[in-house]
Amino acid sequence: MTRLLLKGGRVVDPGRAVDEVADVLLADGLVVKTGARLPARGAEVIDASGLVVCPGFIDVHVHLREPGREDKETIATGTRAAAAGGFTAVCAMPNTEPVNDTAGITQAILERARAEGVVRVYPIGAITRGSRGEELAEYGDLREAGCVAVSDDGRPVASARMMRRALEYARAFDLPVIDHCEEPALSQGAVMNEGEVATLLGLRGAPAAAEAIVVERDVMLAELAGGRVHVAHLSTARSVDAVRRGKARGVKVTAEATPHHLLLTDQAVKDSDYDTATKMNPPLRSEEDRRAVLEGLRDGTIDCIATDHAPHTVDDKKVEFDQAAFGVVGLETAVSLCLDRLVRPGLLTLAQLVGLLSAGPARVLSLPGGTLASGAPADLTLLDLDRRVKVDPARFESKGRNTPFGGWTLRGAPALTIVGGRVVWKAGR
Amino acid sequence: MLDRPIKKVPALRGKTVVNLFYEASTRTRASFEIAQKVLSADSLSITAATSSVQKGETLLDTARNLEAMNPDMIVIRHSASGAPHFLARHCRSAIVNAGDGAHEHPTQALLDALTLRQKRGRLQGLKVAIVGDVLHSRVARSNAWLLGKMGARVVLCAPPTLMPPGIERLAAVTHRIDEALEGADAVMMLRLQLERMTGGYFPSTREYHLRYGLTEERVRRARKDVLILHPGPMNRGVEIASEVADGPYSVILDQVTNGVAVRMAVLYLLLGGGEAAA
Repeated sequence: MTRLLLKGGRVVDPGRAVDEVADVLLADGLVVKTGARLPARGAEVIDASGLVVCPGFIDVHVHLREPGREDKETIATGTRAAAAGGFTAVCAMPNTEPVNDTAGITQAILERARAEGVVRVYPIGAITRGSRGEELAEYGDLREAGCVAVSDDGRPVASARMMRRALEYARAFDLPVIDHCEEPALSQGAVMNEGEVATLLGLRGAPAAAEAIVVERDVMLAELAGGRVHVAHLSTARSVDAVRRGKARGVKVTAEATPHHLLLTDQAVKDSDYDTATKMNPPLRSEEDRRAVLEGLRDGTIDCIATDHAPHTVDDKKVEFDQAAFGVVGLETAVSLCLDRLVRPGLLTLAQLVGLLSAGPARVLSLPGGTLASGAPADLTLLDLDRRVKVDPARFESKGRNTPFGGWTLRGAPALTIVGGRVVWKAGR
Repeated sequence: MLDRPIKKVPALRGKTVVNLFYEASTRTRASFEIAQKVLSADSLSITAATSSVQKGETLLDTARNLEAMNPDMIVIRHSASGAPHFLARHCRSAIVNAGDGAHEHPTQALLDALTLRQKRGRLQGLKVAIVGDVLHSRVARSNAWLLGKMGARVVLCAPPTLMPPGIERLAAVTHRIDEALEGADAVMMLRLQLERMTGGYFPSTREYHLRYGLTEERVRRARKDVLILHPGPMNRGVEIASEVADGPYSVILDQVTNGVAVRMAVLYLLLGGGEAAA
């Protein structure tokens, strides 16, 4: 069978507190072992000297758009974008057309992923049928078909009763419930964050409280129901605080943050003169919120970095700000942004970042991987900390070009992506 | 100029201007059209209700198609904040903002400033109270910028529900109308945008009038020679009592007259002024 030996790289495996120069041997889709001067013995050798060898990165929040919106993205293009961005696995949000609320749709996604996918695809099922917030979806079937979590992402679960039932029922199948936390009554009609910038731009804002209220609610409901709740794209200081307090008292709550909320504020909407690439939900927040989210990453309140990769067509975005679709693409920029803007200035250590992209997400959704321990899946991300990249949306593998980071010059980038022991992407092809 | 027997000069002869109005407008559109005619520009006005917008054409496509006919300027009024900026990014023609969403209405602020300066000889040091639905008002924002920059002391007044967060950055804020009016040189009343009042911002127009309406009695708190402004259209008996709107200190119609002059200036500077336009 295929054997691959990665020679002389700096192995960073935070789950096992490893950070050392070593060789990694892969065989039959699994990690065989990590150690000094491993013999090749017929294995194909890849010179990894000067590169960082990490457990494969996992993005728990991706919109692959297939089925239904193949004009925005497909499983093929989305997973190619993931590979190019250094991700070896993505979790696919269920807000497709139709919504992934039955085993049949989950199976269809997995079949397509097997045929055309470049990285692993873990489907997420809907919390409620059609994500309408009225009746629970069939979690038993969804789990059996391969769903790793449930979520009505993009559509907040408005009813506390429904959320409670979901958290309770999901326990039977050990499914985490991922919530897009937003009180719709407070955010109705909003296109950005409420505050001074929105006021001066004359745009309708959603207050930070619209998110934090629901995060608080979900933490309390998870406590009540004993279920696992995962807070998607957490973006406000009060949300971080709610998760932190929940964790402190033992509630099974986890959270993710996106690179755009870590690096940009609502000021970007003004600075870009209403560029619709700065429009997403939750919106870019205040500087105080941005700093609090970063602090949450540093102190472990936030478990992982996820992109909320949300590709749209040019037509969806090339309209008035009020009319533009919400969302940004993230798969092909996340790693470089985090390396250049978080690790280089010392806001996160390299080991912290690698953990937030591998062991963290694996733990949150109980996924295989996230480690280079013997017997783990041979999913690896290799980084070149010195490679300089200029973000050029025209060259994205994703169909989506909607990024606020176009033109940014960044240092540090993925170099090689390995899934199941096979190289699926290599820099500078 | 408008008082001359022949109200026409050839300054913009041969220039084409398109007025693209996506929102209802009487004053602003008429004002721009008259300014264009006086300056001899060729102009046409398109309103959303009678255009291909009804057939689902996007703003950008509409603008690009109009541009293919080579106009020199597009004057746009749109309910989406930032729509003029969006067009400016994608079009060659000069774009003039005739009011965008709750963002800005620059020519309105210019005509208000002109009116105040004509009547008072200066803007520096004047206390100007802007009272009403500040939340939805582009007029309030543009005036706060302009009058503040020119040295006037602007006080914004509204119930807290109609006061957007962070507006303190632009001007002083109060929720008491008497405080806003105290010693004011000018009072600018904002239209209560009744069509947007679905959010339960206040209990009734009755209470609004009682607490925030400009009545003759309240006007007495301001200076004796106070000027009363309103960008129109007015809701008589809601934000402003008729006796005030039609009273001796009202300069509401002077505002409208000055609107033509200000728009002529904008058109001339952006289109005709040659070197001066730079």
